[in-house]
Amino acid sequence: MIELSNVSKTFTLHNQGGAVLEVMRGANLVVPKGECVALTGASGAGKSTLMRIIYGNYLAAAGTVKVGDVDVTKAAPREILALRRDTLGYVSQFLRVVPRVSTLDVVAEPLLSLGVAADEAKDRAAALLGKLNIPEALWGLSPTTFSGGEQQRVNIARGFAHEYPALLLDEPTASLDATNREVVLGLIEDAKARGTSIVGIFHDEAARARVCDREIDVTGFSPQAAA
Amino acid sequence: MTPLLSVKDVAKHYGNHIGCTDVSFDLYPGEVMGIVGESGSGKSTLLNCLAGHLPSDKGEVIFDTRVDGPKDTLKMSEPERRMLGRTDWAFVHQHARDGLRMGVSAGGNVGERLMAVGARNYADIRSEAVTWLDRVEISEDRVDDRPTTFSGGMQQRLQIARNLVTGPRLVFMDEPTGGLDVSVQARLLDLLRGLVRDLGLSAIIVTHDLAVVRLLADRLMVMKSGRVVETGLTDQVLDDPQHSYTQLLVSSVLQV
Amino acid sequence: MSDYNFAYLDEQTKRMIRRAILKGLAIPGYQVPFASREMPMPYGWGTGGVQVSAATLTPEDTLKVIDQGADDTTNAVSIRKFFEKTAEVGTTTETSAATVIQTRHRIPEEDLSEDQILVYQVPIPEPLRFLEPRETETRKMHALEEYGLMHVKLYEDIAKHGHIATSYAYPVKVEDRYVMDPSPIPKFDNPKMEMSAIQLFGAGREQRIYALPPYTKVVSLDFEDHPFDPSKAPHACALCGAEDSYLDEVITDDKGGRMFVCSDTDYCEKRRAEGHTGDLTKETAA
Repeated sequence: MIELSNVSKTFTLHNQGGAVLEVMRGANLVVPKGECVALTGASGAGKSTLMRIIYGNYLAAAGTVKVGDVDVTKAAPREILALRRDTLGYVSQFLRVVPRVSTLDVVAEPLLSLGVAADEAKDRAAALLGKLNIPEALWGLSPTTFSGGEQQRVNIARGFAHEYPALLLDEPTASLDATNREVVLGLIEDAKARGTSIVGIFHDEAARARVCDREIDVTGFSPQAAA
Repeated sequence: MTPLLSVKDVAKHYGNHIGCTDVSFDLYPGEVMGIVGESGSGKSTLLNCLAGHLPSDKGEVIFDTRVDGPKDTLKMSEPERRMLGRTDWAFVHQHARDGLRMGVSAGGNVGERLMAVGARNYADIRSEAVTWLDRVEISEDRVDDRPTTFSGGMQQRLQIARNLVTGPRLVFMDEPTGGLDVSVQARLLDLLRGLVRDLGLSAIIVTHDLAVVRLLADRLMVMKSGRVVETGLTDQVLDDPQHSYTQLLVSSVLQV
Repeated sequence: MSDYNFAYLDEQTKRMIRRAILKGLAIPGYQVPFASREMPMPYGWGTGGVQVSAATLTPEDTLKVIDQGADDTTNAVSIRKFFEKTAEVGTTTETSAATVIQTRHRIPEEDLSEDQILVYQVPIPEPLRFLEPRETETRKMHALEEYGLMHVKLYEDIAKHGHIATSYAYPVKVEDRYVMDPSPIPKFDNPKMEMSAIQLFGAGREQRIYALPPYTKVVSLDFEDHPFDPSKAPHACALCGAEDSYLDEVITDDKGGRMFVCSDTDYCEKRRAEGHTGDLTKETAA
């Protein structure tokens, strides 16, 4: 489902004397259906960079990144957007939403953009928020005022609202209590059982051991390692 | 898929000064494109050329018309282009007073485009106007009030209703949230997002506000000195800018 | 013999105005610009109408001038005298005896015939003016037949008053093409514009001439659910008893007393001469 071959990434800092930073070279990764791969490596090794390249958020300098039939490195913006709408979900560490939009609408939005009827989308959003123990009293409020843990759960609900065939998870269990951590791990297991391919970053070792089939140390993709 | 709008090599000069030049892109149905750049970068000139408000020096602006398929709007006759401007196209001005008739009631403002395309039943026009006021969150009891009695945010929402009532497929927006305070901006942005999604609108939004395009635009075009220096998916351009000017622009945003 | 050229204006000016009139007749409802001259009367007193009349009159013509339907008001008397002096044409107050009738704000009650010309005095010829102040834009709107704005005005009327409250200068569409201001005649007169006589409109200050050839289609704008209604005061004339004429309201005392009389004085007099009476004349007769 997700297939990276020979991916490299450089940053050119035009406003700092044109310095070129090469951060990744020769990255290869294959994630078949129903498998969950954990990215590991020290902070700054390039775990998030790799996730962002898969999501099309960062531009790869070379190589191919295939998600389903789409090569993210060559796709037009609208093709990447269609991919993100239908196929590829992303739960980031940070919640980025339009201010003043209610939590229920934030979670339902991915479904609405797929053309799901408003009632149905809201029902599904409500079910997820309930499952993730967000008090119903908060559903009508904007999540921008929520605590870190609540925001994280809203983010997860949004990421799982649509059953994407491929998912990117950035620290999904960070800042969650035991109960909610259990709910999130359950959601991940359900997704795997449906055949979802998952690439994730988990600092929580127990969680990683439970849901991940493999670990890939991205230190191996650094230019130094490749050299 | 046929692009809704296909722009080829559009240029506009003011004497020796470049307004905009070498601009080409395709906009597909349902796509929202942001044009960003600092003042004087040529983004408003480009928007006005595309919308037919300014004559271009050269190039083609091909629109996929409902009846005749793709047609170069720059070669259209003026009546044809103005007809397009009243039906399939809409233009949202930065200042609502440029896009509204301030001496005419809210209902009349919304109804004008309907009457311009031949609506002649008062009750129908009025109920359509009320429906649209409701969609932009203006209550029915304001239908007979003039926009001069509205707040800035309401005026801007009224302008949007007035523009969308004939079901356009392409909306040009020039700094639609400029001049509004931030809380009003947020509400307007949410409204626009919802309308774009529900109506399947395509839009071209000119703004200098990167936060606005991040929320509204699918893709970005960055302009500097009349030229396009970078294009791409909105979050990719903002998070991994390639051109030196874009990097400067992104790093210049004040963090809150 | 007077020292004036016939009908005051010089021959070249009259030719220029005639060309504008002919163009106006060829394109009914279209506002033709013309080089309006200074006239020996103030703007707003009918300088446009006077110039059109001057270019239209021949020595054999008989002129009638009315102001709000009356032959005996200051404006009507002055203009009639003006042409008596400068053109030495015959004048009349009798509608059927006139060949050229200059009017301010009325159409005579009596049907006009093919050998008559009705000349209107027009203050503001542009029907779109109050909604769109830019002349460049209104010209474009006429050229491209973009008349949505005209209905916005009527929409506003209904929104504000519950019905179309415009009661004079009621906009019309000519031959399905140009929207035209009929000058400030009461809307009661609008249906009469489809007539046998030639109608010429002159706006002196605004320098525009427009025209309606005989039997031109003239439709008053309206909505399906608020159709045009050429109503008038629901009374009969207090002097001649006519129920089909446009009436002026006359205040008779300071205790709320009032009466309604024909605004067309010639029509009223003629009816009274034929023996018709109204409420007031009956009482005095009794």
